[in-house]
Amino acid sequence: MIEVAATPLQLSAPSLGALLFQFLNSFGFIILATVGLAIIFGMMGVINLAHGEFILIGVYGTALTYHAGVPLPLAMVAGVVVTTIFGVIVERTVVRHLYDRLLDSMVATWGLALVISQLLLIVFGSSLDSISTPMGSVSYGPFSSSIYRSIFLPIVAVAVLGGLYVLFTRTEFGVKARATIKDPETARAMGVDTDRMYVSTFAIGSALAGLTGALYAPALGSITPNRGSTFLVEAFVAVVVGGPSVIIGTLSASAVLSVFNATGSFFFGTFIGQMLLLLVAIVALRLLPDGITGYVKDWQQRRRAEQ
Amino acid sequence: MSLTVSNLSAGYDGTPILRDVDCTVEDGEIVGVVGRNGVGKTTLLKSVMGLLKPEAGAVQFNGEDVTAESADVHARSGIGYVPQGRDVFPGLSVEQNLLIGENIGAGEETLYDRVYEYFPILEERADQDAGTMSGGQQQMLAIGRALVGNPDLLLVDEPSEGVQPSIVQSITEDLTRINEELGTTILFVEQNLSVIQGLADRCYAMDHGRMVDELNGEALADRDQLEEYLVV
Repeated sequence: MIEVAATPLQLSAPSLGALLFQFLNSFGFIILATVGLAIIFGMMGVINLAHGEFILIGVYGTALTYHAGVPLPLAMVAGVVVTTIFGVIVERTVVRHLYDRLLDSMVATWGLALVISQLLLIVFGSSLDSISTPMGSVSYGPFSSSIYRSIFLPIVAVAVLGGLYVLFTRTEFGVKARATIKDPETARAMGVDTDRMYVSTFAIGSALAGLTGALYAPALGSITPNRGSTFLVEAFVAVVVGGPSVIIGTLSASAVLSVFNATGSFFFGTFIGQMLLLLVAIVALRLLPDGITGYVKDWQQRRRAEQ
Repeated sequence: MSLTVSNLSAGYDGTPILRDVDCTVEDGEIVGVVGRNGVGKTTLLKSVMGLLKPEAGAVQFNGEDVTAESADVHARSGIGYVPQGRDVFPGLSVEQNLLIGENIGAGEETLYDRVYEYFPILEERADQDAGTMSGGQQQMLAIGRALVGNPDLLLVDEPSEGVQPSIVQSITEDLTRINEELGTTILFVEQNLSVIQGLADRCYAMDHGRMVDELNGEALADRDQLEEYLVV
């Protein structure tokens, strides 16, 4: 998160700027942490509780390649590739047996998460050397924030959502994947190789987790085997608050949650910011049990029924 | 094209539905299967399609035993399927539903022009969410979706169900035209007498999971005889 140099309780122009950057930082982080989980949940009805560890594999893949002397952008590509391959193996061996078995999938992937983080600990030790954040920082008055985290990553996050929107609404693969999710039996009867659609969709979710890990490898400070939960908590909350529609849900939940997270973090520190995030999630679930997009869908249906 | 079903037995979770069913469909024919609710008509089509694994017996398509193949392989080898209740993909547009059907059939050729000629409404409403269309329009879409990849054989499960009578008549005529103009062989199951008589070249009667009769020519034209197999 952003280091706050002074007590910023008076709202000056620089502190408003800092608040905005804090918001963008949080917004980008929540989207990127969420999107892989949201794809796999929204398209396949599986909650991947090892999602944080998938991201961590992206972090480790990137960091290890980078420390071996490869330039950072290429190391990031390596992180994505490693995570994608790992995801395909997990899908073929574990997850394929658990489609539409929400609770079973949660238990199995939770177990997988424990195994991954312990393996990382045993194989690579308690931490890896950190990677310095590229692009420097922007300062205004007493504040400064990282250009990489507060400008570059939010832009990448929105671009990723845009890319997914195009993939799932404008391409033949996307249309077939959505048909498979809605009605696998009929899709199969139309000649769609549904098995391949499931692997591909899970691979995309894994690749997105790997991308998030790769992008945050130089922004984490310390790289330790327990960092997965940092990502999972926010992703889980955002998926639940966002509801069934993957892209709009992720976008709207990230926007709402990061407003509270950023405001809380900015005025009272990151711990309170995190608390506020969870509180908002609880309140949101009480009021909108199907998430933001579930509520919007209901509302549209009611309006159509009235007409 | 040829389809031969021999000694087919199938069911759900150990409950037998079909027992020793035999039937054949020759190239270019329109064959109906008539019977009351629950006699196994849909189970027969699902078994032929590969959506349900038969417990015994065999399905031969174009001389090859395809009993063990899954439905997507059947579809790609040239069997188009129009499910009961249509099962169009809601949330996908009409055009996207048709796109899914392109996988059916081995050829690269698609029949969008023909589909839009038979069902102009599908072109007019290409961008509409398929889930918001009326029953009749969804039925046209389901037929168009199964047809667009140019299949050799079309399996149609109760085309009249949930469709208003005036549209039923036109769908019957469309299926006849498809058969005559494109040479598509059709196997359909139905309970509506007018559809059976208007569409079928010949017809099997089913009861309690078995084929109990085969009706041709005069017998098929005889309403009373057909009704026997439909009255509870």
